[in-house]
Amino acid sequence: MAKRKRYTRTPIVRPKKYCRFKKSGIKYIDYKNPDFLMAFINEQGKLLPRRITGTSLKYQRKVAVAVKRCRHIALLPYVADEMK
Amino acid sequence: MAKTNYESVVILTPVLSERMLQDASSSFEKLITENGGELIHKENWGLTKMAYPIQRKTTGFYQIFEFAADADAEIVDKLELAYRRDEQVLRYLTTKLEKHAVKYNERRRNGEFNKPKPKKEEAPAAKSAAKVTPMEEAKVESITNEVEES
Repeated sequence: MAKRKRYTRTPIVRPKKYCRFKKSGIKYIDYKNPDFLMAFINEQGKLLPRRITGTSLKYQRKVAVAVKRCRHIALLPYVADEMK
Repeated sequence: MAKTNYESVVILTPVLSERMLQDASSSFEKLITENGGELIHKENWGLTKMAYPIQRKTTGFYQIFEFAADADAEIVDKLELAYRRDEQVLRYLTTKLEKHAVKYNERRRNGEFNKPKPKKEEAPAAKSAAKVTPMEEAKVESITNEVEES
């Protein structure tokens, strides 16, 4: 019987994700700046998860609050199709 | 008594003339100062397009007040009551500012961020407000039409 060839998967090398707030020392997220918050929502206007943006938990909570406030003052939509 | 900083964003109807807008903002200002608040900063974004219609209006006048007041004073309650009673107010949001936010706002006022918004404000905001006044009624009609069509 032929020996099955041992197969090792080559790991996909991706650049390590980092929290942009920790890296650049941003302590406060302004809810009046929708252009900045666009980086944390998808094209439907939903919040992006941490595993995609790489934001640390502390700042993800702040991002979420800022996006919600921004929606309330009608600078970001609650629901949207193709906003980007 | 420790002071707390607050920030209040008010969206006023686009139907207002420039004088009505100033009356409204100065009345809120007065309310803040009369109730023991200290007005730190006032901002007028002028007629701004909203992300979704509120009361069939697609634009609104954004007014931002930053003020300091005693933490246990009822100033926020009084201010929000005035907002709710005022039919010109489409929406409002009052937030307590933490220490980082206070610092951030200070830096923003001094123009340390090269964001386009705060720098543009002074000039075009006044212009757009002036433009709106003569054709305000026509504009409102067009706004309502847009809503009906969509």
